[in-house]
Amino acid sequence: MTDTGQFIDRSIEPDLKDYFDLLKPRVMSLVVFTALVGLLVAPQSVHPMVAFTSILFLAIGAGASGALNMWWDADIDAVMRRTARRPIPAGKVAPGEALGFGLALSGLAVMMVGLASNLLAAALLAFTIFFYVVIYTMGLKRWTPQNIVIGGAAGAFPPMIGWVIATGSVSFEAVCMFMLIFLWTPPHFWALALFMKEDFSNAGVPMLTVTHGHPSTRRHIFAYSAILALFAVGMAFTSIGGPIYLVTALVMNGMFLTMAWQTMARDTESATGDDYAVEKRLFRLSLLYLFLHFGALAADAGLMALGLWGGWT
Amino acid sequence: MIRVEHELHQRRRGRNNGVGLLLVGLIAIVFGLSVVKVTLGHDMEKFDHVVRPALEADQ
Repeated sequence: MTDTGQFIDRSIEPDLKDYFDLLKPRVMSLVVFTALVGLLVAPQSVHPMVAFTSILFLAIGAGASGALNMWWDADIDAVMRRTARRPIPAGKVAPGEALGFGLALSGLAVMMVGLASNLLAAALLAFTIFFYVVIYTMGLKRWTPQNIVIGGAAGAFPPMIGWVIATGSVSFEAVCMFMLIFLWTPPHFWALALFMKEDFSNAGVPMLTVTHGHPSTRRHIFAYSAILALFAVGMAFTSIGGPIYLVTALVMNGMFLTMAWQTMARDTESATGDDYAVEKRLFRLSLLYLFLHFGALAADAGLMALGLWGGWT
Repeated sequence: MIRVEHELHQRRRGRNNGVGLLLVGLIAIVFGLSVVKVTLGHDMEKFDHVVRPALEADQ
Protein backbone atom coordinates (compact mmCIF):
# COMPACT_ATOMS: atom_id res chain seq x y z
CA MET A 1 0.00 0.00 0.00
CA THR A 2 1.31 3.45 -0.86
CA ASP A 3 1.40 6.41 1.50
CA THR A 4 -1.31 8.09 -0.53
CA GLY A 5 -3.51 5.03 -0.19
CA GLN A 6 -2.99 5.00 3.55
CA PHE A 7 -3.88 8.64 3.78
CA ILE A 8 -7.13 8.13 1.89
CA ASP A 9 -8.05 5.15 4.05
CA ARG A 10 -7.39 7.11 7.22
CA SER A 11 -9.88 9.77 6.22
CA ILE A 12 -12.65 7.36 7.24
CA GLU A 13 -10.91 6.37 10.42
CA PRO A 14 -13.29 4.72 12.88
CA ASP A 15 -14.07 6.31 16.22
CA LEU A 16 -14.65 4.52 19.51
CA LYS A 17 -18.38 4.22 18.87
CA ASP A 18 -17.68 2.04 15.82
CA TYR A 19 -15.64 -0.37 17.92
CA PHE A 20 -18.35 -0.36 20.55
CA ASP A 21 -20.93 -1.19 17.86
CA LEU A 22 -18.82 -4.21 16.90
CA LEU A 23 -19.65 -5.64 20.33
CA LYS A 24 -23.41 -5.79 19.59
CA PRO A 25 -24.41 -3.66 22.60
CA ARG A 26 -28.02 -4.87 22.66
CA VAL A 27 -26.93 -8.50 22.85
CA MET A 28 -24.49 -7.51 25.59
CA SER A 29 -27.27 -5.93 27.62
CA LEU A 30 -29.24 -9.18 27.43
CA VAL A 31 -26.13 -11.10 28.52
CA VAL A 32 -25.59 -8.78 31.49
CA PHE A 33 -29.22 -9.08 32.56
CA THR A 34 -29.56 -12.87 32.30
CA ALA A 35 -26.12 -13.51 33.81
CA LEU A 36 -26.90 -11.18 36.70
CA VAL A 37 -30.13 -13.07 37.37
CA GLY A 38 -28.24 -16.38 37.20
CA LEU A 39 -25.85 -15.01 39.79
CA LEU A 40 -28.56 -13.55 42.04
CA VAL A 41 -30.72 -16.68 42.20
CA ALA A 42 -27.74 -18.87 43.11
CA PRO A 43 -27.68 -20.03 46.73
CA GLN A 44 -24.18 -18.65 47.40
CA SER A 45 -23.50 -14.95 47.74
CA VAL A 46 -20.66 -13.27 45.89
CA HIS A 47 -18.61 -10.22 46.79
CA PRO A 48 -20.00 -7.27 44.77
CA MET A 49 -16.60 -6.52 43.24
CA VAL A 50 -16.20 -10.13 42.12
CA ALA A 51 -19.74 -10.12 40.71
CA PHE A 52 -19.23 -6.80 38.93
CA THR A 53 -15.90 -7.80 37.37
CA SER A 54 -17.13 -11.24 36.34
CA ILE A 55 -20.31 -9.96 34.71
CA LEU A 56 -18.53 -7.05 33.04
CA PHE A 57 -16.00 -9.35 31.40
CA LEU A 58 -18.62 -11.96 30.62
CA ALA A 59 -20.40 -9.21 28.67
CA ILE A 60 -17.14 -8.17 27.01
CA GLY A 61 -16.52 -11.80 26.03
CA ALA A 62 -20.01 -12.00 24.52
CA GLY A 63 -19.33 -8.71 22.73
CA ALA A 64 -16.03 -10.06 21.41
CA SER A 65 -17.85 -13.02 19.92
CA GLY A 66 -20.17 -10.50 18.26
CA ALA A 67 -17.16 -8.73 16.72
CA LEU A 68 -15.83 -12.07 15.42
CA ASN A 69 -19.29 -12.85 14.04
CA MET A 70 -19.32 -9.50 12.21
CA TRP A 71 -15.85 -10.18 10.83
CA TRP A 72 -16.91 -13.53 9.38
CA ASP A 73 -20.36 -12.41 8.22
CA ALA A 74 -19.37 -9.06 6.68
CA ASP A 75 -20.37 -10.33 3.22
CA ILE A 76 -23.92 -11.30 4.16
CA ASP A 77 -24.33 -8.33 6.53
CA ALA A 78 -23.70 -6.03 3.56
CA VAL A 79 -26.61 -7.61 1.65
CA MET A 80 -29.20 -7.49 4.43
CA ARG A 81 -31.00 -4.23 5.18
CA ARG A 82 -31.07 -4.98 8.93
CA THR A 83 -27.28 -5.31 9.13
CA ALA A 84 -25.93 -3.20 6.24
CA ARG A 85 -25.05 -0.34 8.59
CA ARG A 86 -22.84 -2.44 10.85
CA PRO A 87 -19.28 -1.06 11.11
CA ILE A 88 -17.62 -3.45 8.63
CA PRO A 89 -20.13 -3.33 5.73
CA ALA A 90 -20.45 0.44 6.32
CA GLY A 91 -16.70 0.71 5.66
CA LYS A 92 -15.87 2.16 9.08
CA VAL A 93 -13.82 -0.71 10.49
CA ALA A 94 -11.54 -2.97 8.42
CA PRO A 95 -12.31 -6.72 8.67
CA GLY A 96 -8.80 -7.46 9.97
CA GLU A 97 -9.22 -4.91 12.73
CA ALA A 98 -12.49 -6.49 13.81
CA LEU A 99 -10.79 -9.89 13.87
CA GLY A 100 -7.91 -8.64 16.02
CA PHE A 101 -10.25 -6.70 18.27
CA GLY A 102 -12.50 -9.74 18.76
CA LEU A 103 -9.66 -12.15 19.44
CA ALA A 104 -7.88 -9.82 21.87
CA LEU A 105 -11.05 -9.05 23.80
CA SER A 106 -12.00 -12.75 23.91
CA GLY A 107 -8.66 -13.62 25.49
CA LEU A 108 -8.87 -10.74 27.96
CA ALA A 109 -12.46 -11.57 28.91
CA VAL A 110 -11.82 -15.28 29.53
CA MET A 111 -8.71 -14.48 31.57
CA MET A 112 -10.47 -11.86 33.68
CA VAL A 113 -13.53 -14.05 34.37
CA GLY A 114 -11.14 -16.83 35.44
CA LEU A 115 -9.21 -14.50 37.75
CA ALA A 116 -12.31 -12.86 39.19
CA SER A 117 -14.43 -15.96 39.79
CA ASN A 118 -13.40 -19.49 38.87
CA LEU A 119 -11.95 -21.56 36.06
CA LEU A 120 -15.22 -23.34 35.24
CA ALA A 121 -16.94 -20.01 34.55
CA ALA A 122 -13.99 -18.96 32.38
CA ALA A 123 -14.06 -22.29 30.51
CA LEU A 124 -17.80 -21.94 29.89
CA LEU A 125 -17.27 -18.42 28.53
CA ALA A 126 -14.48 -19.67 26.26
CA PHE A 127 -16.77 -22.47 25.04
CA THR A 128 -19.62 -19.99 24.46
CA ILE A 129 -17.39 -17.80 22.29
CA PHE A 130 -16.13 -20.87 20.40
CA PHE A 131 -19.67 -22.17 19.96
CA TYR A 132 -21.05 -18.86 18.71
CA VAL A 133 -18.19 -18.04 16.36
CA VAL A 134 -17.04 -21.43 15.06
CA ILE A 135 -20.04 -23.76 15.43
CA TYR A 136 -22.84 -21.24 14.73
CA THR A 137 -21.35 -18.45 12.60
CA MET A 138 -18.83 -20.44 10.56
CA GLY A 139 -20.79 -23.70 10.45
CA LEU A 140 -24.50 -23.92 11.09
CA LYS A 141 -25.66 -20.47 9.96
CA ARG A 142 -25.00 -20.93 6.26
CA TRP A 143 -25.52 -24.67 6.21
CA THR A 144 -28.76 -25.74 7.84
CA PRO A 145 -32.22 -24.28 8.56
CA GLN A 146 -31.77 -25.64 12.08
CA ASN A 147 -29.04 -22.95 12.47
CA ILE A 148 -30.73 -20.91 15.14
CA VAL A 149 -32.18 -23.92 16.98
CA ILE A 150 -28.71 -25.24 17.78
CA GLY A 151 -27.00 -21.85 17.65
CA GLY A 152 -29.43 -20.58 20.28
CA ALA A 153 -27.35 -22.48 22.82
CA ALA A 154 -24.71 -19.74 22.58
CA GLY A 155 -27.19 -17.16 23.87
CA ALA A 156 -28.39 -19.54 26.57
CA PHE A 157 -25.08 -19.88 28.40
CA PRO A 158 -24.90 -16.48 30.21
CA PRO A 159 -27.34 -17.26 33.08
CA MET A 160 -25.61 -20.60 33.54
CA ILE A 161 -22.25 -18.82 33.71
CA GLY A 162 -23.74 -16.34 36.19
CA TRP A 163 -24.77 -19.28 38.37
CA VAL A 164 -21.30 -20.85 38.04
CA ILE A 165 -19.63 -17.55 39.00
CA ALA A 166 -21.50 -17.78 42.32
CA THR A 167 -21.45 -21.51 43.00
CA GLY A 168 -18.47 -22.87 41.09
CA SER A 169 -20.49 -25.71 39.58
CA VAL A 170 -23.25 -26.43 37.07
CA SER A 171 -26.46 -27.71 38.62
CA PHE A 172 -30.05 -28.54 37.67
CA GLU A 173 -31.21 -24.94 38.15
CA ALA A 174 -28.45 -23.62 35.88
CA VAL A 175 -29.50 -26.10 33.19
CA CYS A 176 -33.14 -24.94 33.58
CA MET A 177 -32.19 -21.32 32.92
CA PHE A 178 -30.11 -22.46 29.94
CA MET A 179 -33.07 -24.41 28.55
CA LEU A 180 -35.46 -21.48 28.97
CA ILE A 181 -33.40 -19.32 26.59
CA PHE A 182 -32.55 -22.27 24.36
CA LEU A 183 -36.24 -23.09 23.76
CA TRP A 184 -37.19 -19.41 23.50
CA THR A 185 -34.70 -18.58 20.73
CA PRO A 186 -36.35 -20.42 17.77
CA PRO A 187 -39.83 -18.85 18.00
CA HIS A 188 -38.22 -15.47 18.75
CA PHE A 189 -35.95 -15.61 15.71
CA TRP A 190 -38.43 -17.20 13.33
CA ALA A 191 -40.94 -14.44 14.09
CA LEU A 192 -38.24 -11.99 12.98
CA ALA A 193 -37.42 -14.12 9.93
CA LEU A 194 -41.07 -14.06 8.82
CA PHE A 195 -41.00 -10.32 8.29
CA MET A 196 -37.35 -10.27 7.16
CA LYS A 197 -37.63 -13.09 4.63
CA GLU A 198 -36.24 -11.18 1.68
CA ASP A 199 -33.14 -10.26 3.64
CA PHE A 200 -32.20 -13.82 4.48
CA SER A 201 -32.89 -15.23 1.02
CA ASN A 202 -30.94 -12.41 -0.65
CA ALA A 203 -27.99 -13.19 1.61
CA GLY A 204 -28.24 -16.93 0.96
CA VAL A 205 -28.79 -17.79 4.61
CA PRO A 206 -30.85 -21.01 4.83
CA MET A 207 -33.40 -19.70 7.30
CA LEU A 208 -36.42 -21.92 7.80
CA THR A 209 -38.54 -19.27 6.03
CA VAL A 210 -36.31 -19.59 2.96
CA THR A 211 -35.87 -23.38 2.84
CA HIS A 212 -39.31 -24.56 4.02
CA GLY A 213 -41.50 -21.53 3.40
CA HIS A 214 -43.74 -19.46 5.63
CA PRO A 215 -46.48 -22.01 6.44
CA SER A 216 -43.93 -24.49 7.78
CA THR A 217 -42.19 -21.73 9.78
CA ARG A 218 -45.52 -20.70 11.32
CA ARG A 219 -46.17 -24.32 12.42
CA HIS A 220 -42.63 -24.53 13.81
CA ILE A 221 -43.17 -21.34 15.81
CA PHE A 222 -46.30 -22.74 17.44
CA ALA A 223 -44.74 -26.15 18.15
CA TYR A 224 -41.68 -24.61 19.81
CA SER A 225 -43.84 -22.15 21.74
CA ALA A 226 -45.88 -25.06 23.13
CA ILE A 227 -42.74 -26.89 24.30
CA LEU A 228 -41.38 -23.62 25.69
CA ALA A 229 -44.62 -22.97 27.59
CA LEU A 230 -44.60 -26.40 29.22
CA PHE A 231 -41.00 -25.98 30.25
CA ALA A 232 -41.30 -22.36 31.40
CA VAL A 233 -44.32 -23.06 33.62
CA GLY A 234 -42.74 -26.26 34.98
CA MET A 235 -39.66 -24.29 35.96
CA ALA A 236 -41.78 -22.41 38.51
CA PHE A 237 -41.68 -25.52 40.73
CA THR A 238 -37.89 -25.80 40.89
CA SER A 239 -35.90 -24.31 43.75
CA ILE A 240 -35.36 -21.04 41.84
CA GLY A 241 -39.06 -20.66 41.00
CA GLY A 242 -41.62 -18.99 43.24
CA PRO A 243 -45.03 -17.30 43.27
CA ILE A 244 -44.00 -14.27 41.20
CA TYR A 245 -42.38 -16.47 38.59
CA LEU A 246 -45.38 -18.82 38.49
CA VAL A 247 -47.86 -16.00 37.86
CA THR A 248 -45.54 -14.38 35.30
CA ALA A 249 -45.00 -17.68 33.48
CA LEU A 250 -48.74 -18.46 33.38
CA VAL A 251 -49.66 -15.03 32.03
CA MET A 252 -46.78 -14.63 29.60
CA ASN A 253 -46.99 -18.15 28.20
CA GLY A 254 -50.73 -17.79 27.77
CA MET A 255 -50.19 -14.62 25.76
CA PHE A 256 -47.27 -16.07 23.84
CA LEU A 257 -49.15 -19.24 22.90
CA THR A 258 -52.20 -17.24 21.82
CA MET A 259 -50.12 -15.06 19.57
CA ALA A 260 -48.14 -18.03 18.22
CA TRP A 261 -51.50 -19.67 17.40
CA GLN A 262 -52.64 -16.51 15.59
CA THR A 263 -49.35 -16.48 13.71
CA MET A 264 -49.87 -20.11 12.66
CA ALA A 265 -53.45 -19.48 11.61
CA ARG A 266 -52.44 -16.71 9.19
CA ASP A 267 -51.11 -17.01 5.67
CA THR A 268 -48.64 -14.85 3.81
CA GLU A 269 -51.41 -13.02 1.99
CA SER A 270 -53.10 -11.73 5.13
CA ALA A 271 -49.68 -11.04 6.67
CA THR A 272 -48.57 -8.83 3.79
CA GLY A 273 -52.01 -7.16 3.97
CA ASP A 274 -51.23 -5.63 7.37
CA ASP A 275 -47.43 -5.55 6.96
CA TYR A 276 -46.84 -8.55 9.27
CA ALA A 277 -48.50 -6.86 12.26
CA VAL A 278 -49.06 -10.10 14.22
CA GLU A 279 -45.56 -11.41 13.52
CA LYS A 280 -44.03 -8.11 14.63
CA ARG A 281 -46.14 -8.17 17.79
CA LEU A 282 -45.03 -11.74 18.48
CA PHE A 283 -41.40 -10.69 18.09
CA ARG A 284 -41.80 -7.76 20.47
CA LEU A 285 -43.71 -9.94 22.92
CA SER A 286 -40.88 -12.49 22.84
CA LEU A 287 -38.44 -9.82 24.05
CA LEU A 288 -40.76 -8.88 26.91
CA TYR A 289 -41.31 -12.60 27.61
CA LEU A 290 -37.65 -13.26 28.32
CA PHE A 291 -37.17 -10.06 30.27
CA LEU A 292 -40.14 -10.77 32.54
CA HIS A 293 -39.27 -14.44 33.12
CA PHE A 294 -35.77 -13.61 34.30
CA GLY A 295 -37.01 -10.54 36.16
CA ALA A 296 -39.49 -12.78 38.00
CA LEU A 297 -36.74 -15.25 38.94
CA ALA A 298 -34.78 -12.35 40.44
CA ALA A 299 -37.91 -11.07 42.23
CA ASP A 300 -38.53 -14.50 43.81
CA ALA A 301 -34.89 -14.63 44.91
CA GLY A 302 -35.50 -11.23 46.50
CA LEU A 303 -38.59 -12.55 48.32
CA MET A 304 -36.54 -15.46 49.61
CA ALA A 305 -33.75 -13.17 50.78
CA LEU A 306 -36.31 -11.08 52.67
CA GLY A 307 -37.77 -14.19 54.24
CA LEU A 308 -41.15 -13.68 52.55
CA TRP A 309 -40.93 -16.89 50.57
CA GLY A 310 -39.46 -20.17 51.74
CA GLY A 311 -39.76 -22.48 48.75
CA TRP A 312 -42.44 -24.98 47.70
CA THR A 313 -41.84 -27.61 50.38
CA MET B 1 5.29 23.57 8.56
CA ILE B 2 1.62 22.68 8.68
CA ARG B 3 -0.05 24.15 11.72
CA VAL B 4 -3.70 23.84 10.87
CA GLU B 5 -5.35 21.16 12.92
CA HIS B 6 -7.28 18.80 10.75
CA GLU B 7 -10.62 17.45 11.92
CA LEU B 8 -8.94 14.05 11.71
CA HIS B 9 -6.50 15.00 14.47
CA GLN B 10 -9.33 16.05 16.74
CA ARG B 11 -11.05 12.76 16.13
CA ARG B 12 -7.86 10.83 16.82
CA ARG B 13 -7.29 12.75 20.02
CA GLY B 14 -10.83 11.94 21.10
CA ARG B 15 -10.23 8.28 20.39
CA ASN B 16 -6.91 8.25 22.18
CA ASN B 17 -8.46 9.88 25.23
CA GLY B 18 -11.19 7.24 25.16
CA VAL B 19 -8.67 4.40 25.00
CA GLY B 20 -6.73 6.05 27.82
CA LEU B 21 -9.83 6.18 30.00
CA LEU B 22 -10.63 2.54 29.25
CA LEU B 23 -7.10 1.52 30.26
CA VAL B 24 -7.34 3.50 33.49
CA GLY B 25 -10.67 1.76 34.13
CA LEU B 26 -9.06 -1.64 33.55
CA ILE B 27 -6.27 -0.80 35.99
CA ALA B 28 -8.83 0.31 38.59
CA ILE B 29 -10.78 -2.94 38.16
CA VAL B 30 -7.71 -5.17 38.43
CA PHE B 31 -6.51 -3.22 41.47
CA GLY B 32 -9.93 -3.31 43.14
CA LEU B 33 -10.28 -7.01 42.45
CA SER B 34 -6.82 -7.66 43.87
CA VAL B 35 -7.70 -5.79 47.06
CA VAL B 36 -10.92 -7.79 47.42
CA LYS B 37 -9.19 -11.11 46.74
CA VAL B 38 -6.44 -10.39 49.26
CA THR B 39 -8.97 -9.18 51.84
CA LEU B 40 -11.19 -12.22 51.43
CA GLY B 41 -8.09 -14.36 51.59
CA HIS B 42 -9.64 -17.69 50.57
CA ASP B 43 -7.08 -20.47 50.34
CA MET B 44 -4.26 -18.00 50.50
CA GLU B 45 -2.18 -19.83 53.05
CA LYS B 46 -0.74 -22.98 51.53
CA PHE B 47 2.33 -25.15 52.00
CA ASP B 48 5.47 -23.22 51.31
CA HIS B 49 8.02 -25.96 50.71
CA VAL B 50 7.77 -26.88 54.36
CA VAL B 51 5.20 -29.25 55.77
CA ARG B 52 2.86 -27.33 58.03
CA PRO B 53 0.73 -29.66 60.11
CA ALA B 54 -1.65 -26.86 61.04
CA LEU B 55 -2.88 -26.72 57.45
CA GLU B 56 -3.29 -30.45 56.98
CA ALA B 57 -6.63 -30.56 58.69
CA ASP B 58 -8.10 -28.55 55.79
CA GLN B 59 -6.88 -30.90 53.09
